[in-house]
Amino acid sequence: MTATERTLRAGIRGRPLIDGLVRLLGPSKVIGEHPEDLLIYEYDGAVDTATPDAVVLPDDTADVAALARFCHEHGVPIVPRGAGTGLSGGAIPVEGGVVVSFARMSRILEMDVANRRAVVQPGLINLHLSTAAAPHNLHFVPDPSSQKACTLGGNVAENSGGPHTLAYGVTTNHVTGLEIVLSDGTIVRLGGKAEDGEGYDLIGAFVGSEGTLGLVTEITVKLTPLPEDKRTILAAFPTMDQASASVSAIIASGLVPAAIELMDQLATQAVEAAVGAGYPLDAGGILLCEVDGLRDGLDELASRIEAICRENGATTLRRAQTVLEREKLWAGRKGAFAAMGRLAPAYYVQDGVIPRTRLPDVLRTVSEVSKRHGLRIANVFHAGDGNLHPLVLFSDMRELERVHEAGLEILTACVEAGGSLTGEHGVGMEKNCYMPLQFRAEDLALMRRVKTAFDPADLANPGKIFPTPSRCREFQLHATR
Amino acid sequence: MTGYPRPIDAPSPELLQRCVHCGFCLPTCPTYAVLGVEMDSPRGRIRLMETVWSGRVDVAGHTFQKHIDQCLDCRACETACPSGVEYGKLVEGARSQLELARKRGPLARLARTVGFRVILPRPAVLAGFVRFSAIARRLGAARVLRILGFGRLGDLLALVPTRVSSQRLPRSFAAIGARRGRVALFTGCVMRAAFSDTNAATARVLARNGVEVLVPGEQTCCGALHAHAGARDDSRALARRNIEALEALDVDAFIVNAAGCGAHLKEYGWLLKDDAKWRDRAERFASRVRDATEYLAAVGLVARPGAMRVRATYDDPCHLLHGQKIKDQPRELLRTIPGLELLPLVEADMCCGSAGTYNVTQPALSKALLERKVEHVVASGANMLVTANPGCQMQIDAGLRAARANVPVMHVMDVLDKAYETA
Repeated sequence: MTATERTLRAGIRGRPLIDGLVRLLGPSKVIGEHPEDLLIYEYDGAVDTATPDAVVLPDDTADVAALARFCHEHGVPIVPRGAGTGLSGGAIPVEGGVVVSFARMSRILEMDVANRRAVVQPGLINLHLSTAAAPHNLHFVPDPSSQKACTLGGNVAENSGGPHTLAYGVTTNHVTGLEIVLSDGTIVRLGGKAEDGEGYDLIGAFVGSEGTLGLVTEITVKLTPLPEDKRTILAAFPTMDQASASVSAIIASGLVPAAIELMDQLATQAVEAAVGAGYPLDAGGILLCEVDGLRDGLDELASRIEAICRENGATTLRRAQTVLEREKLWAGRKGAFAAMGRLAPAYYVQDGVIPRTRLPDVLRTVSEVSKRHGLRIANVFHAGDGNLHPLVLFSDMRELERVHEAGLEILTACVEAGGSLTGEHGVGMEKNCYMPLQFRAEDLALMRRVKTAFDPADLANPGKIFPTPSRCREFQLHATR
Repeated sequence: MTGYPRPIDAPSPELLQRCVHCGFCLPTCPTYAVLGVEMDSPRGRIRLMETVWSGRVDVAGHTFQKHIDQCLDCRACETACPSGVEYGKLVEGARSQLELARKRGPLARLARTVGFRVILPRPAVLAGFVRFSAIARRLGAARVLRILGFGRLGDLLALVPTRVSSQRLPRSFAAIGARRGRVALFTGCVMRAAFSDTNAATARVLARNGVEVLVPGEQTCCGALHAHAGARDDSRALARRNIEALEALDVDAFIVNAAGCGAHLKEYGWLLKDDAKWRDRAERFASRVRDATEYLAAVGLVARPGAMRVRATYDDPCHLLHGQKIKDQPRELLRTIPGLELLPLVEADMCCGSAGTYNVTQPALSKALLERKVEHVVASGANMLVTANPGCQMQIDAGLRAARANVPVMHVMDVLDKAYETA
């Protein structure tokens, strides 16, 4: 997108904005003195870009509140940024304004082992929390594939999932308290270490709000005991149909594995080149399944899963024998998106969710879309949750229109199958035009009123989640055609 | 804004487009860990290199210079990258363009020329320089320099190791026992001028394990420091001299005990890729290069080391771990020493801030990383730090001395050699 197509709303911009921010926070917390620096904050993990007017690196809540008051006074949008690993453009300042990087607010403020809670700053890396909790035999459950890099603040904003949320739930199920700064600078504290509170579930409303309700500055999360043991199974199938049939069969048998993941042949090629975990390259579909819990009985559970896979046509079955082997298998799965650079210079990933039983036919639709548009599509996804991740590969930004079209066809198929637009990546600026596919005008209007209650000035990450007239006109034309 | 001054050496679009900007590299990047800004992350620097191609960023501008200069070239991001981005090649390409575009004062130019073209390629000159510095350091010159206001020179002098050795090695070491192999030892520049004891130790350890070691005299500096600093033509000239001097030898491998040199020697093919006359020779040469630990672990030890009562910890040199993917071999070798307890080191995979000439060019960042390293070494409870590269050795040794920690720093080959002495 070029700058002229953007709806820029920054009340003040350029030199006056930078000077004002420097006066407010000091030069070490403000980027913008050298305009070329700002180009390095115009992207995240996905395809959309927009250049911020300034970047601010706060040290604490007081900095964030002061910044919000300043921006409120001058009508400048504020857009939070964690590690910039997001896949829906959440951290992209589509209407200009200030990007708030939480890179310097990355501490664990308290590790309350007895109550199994941790109080952390939003810039803390997801994996660093689990690493710090491990000596106490605890961990933070949501484990997005980007967990080595992504931040807790980002996880809260996107309500992130991960392979192990099948059995244990997504981010919102693991957050008990938040400190947030509203777009007018008001500091609000919601919840705490206790499980439930009276009144409206505002934590529930805030988690997954993608920065559109305010900025999170402190998070209280649940820590969960590490399972005593795990069994990780790799099953290779001649076709994706057989692999997805196995997923339905495993769930139908009453088993609740900790994770069930699927990968097709194209995805496996990239992954195997990246980690060398021994994924069979000739298989049409690969299933990765993990069971965890008390050691007794785990082998039996694993055997039952293996038997179901065999009945559904698995040609290879392998159980990780060592911790190292298990870690390699997971490193492959978790590095899958990031390994796509081995196949193509760019990818556009979808995040649709469908009922598990519809996996085989929606996957067939994906493969038809791929053929029709002449675009390679790799599939790697949380099969247990029915959360698809078709990765549309392309090499040139000029192909983007065709790529978006393919993406839209896939999403439409997901919604028609009784599913939803996004499982864990967020709506952002990437799917906001598609919201009417899933929500009626009344539904969206109510959501908009919630947004207005938190952010009446519409300065908190504007241009996200809700369809915007300027950017979505093209889509509406397309949809009515 | 006209793109790169010399596109043939510039970071190529083919290598750049491997990056899918996933961000996995951010937490492994030492400068991002310290500074927390995207421009000082591998992904940000790749973006900078891309935006030069599209004409939006100027090579000679503040942003490009500052953040390409601040990169350690430690290549930790390569280990983290699932897409296999070859970042080392990219940043060295970017540096080469920066050198062409940047305006240096006459003094800085002179210092570079003397350092790169006069001192490094001449072992005798370098050895003299090192010996002089060592004496000056013992006489307390660092303090004098600091008092006189030359703080940075004083800091540099503090890096000079307590013990330096620069004696000439015999032309060959005969294999002890049945001969299992024949190799040539790459003696390097700093290794030969300051750590020739380690070169001798490497040869002795190999000989004890049935490997005949030749020490060819015609070789020169590998040119790694030149390439890291963007002086690719100087680096290529040295590469051609080394290839000429060593390629005809009838040996199984060229053995290197300095990780920085090894990583660069293994990339001679890339360095000379556009030189039709030398490309193939360079590729063949590079394919024969082995780190000493890599070679020894592959052939296996036949002689059993003697016991050492020591609690050691191992710090990965970046250009061994990230540049050559050698992680287990040095640790395996250390574990063969009876009585040596190998303790884990937090962030062993993170740069100590030495990074070639980085501690000279970026003293503040280098110091921040060194302090981080020293803290972890002290916390490990080890009474010896082992590593496998002279730059890391000098840097961490200086850091531990400054912190008054009584932890000697040794090269893996020196540790093995010492263990064999007691066998």
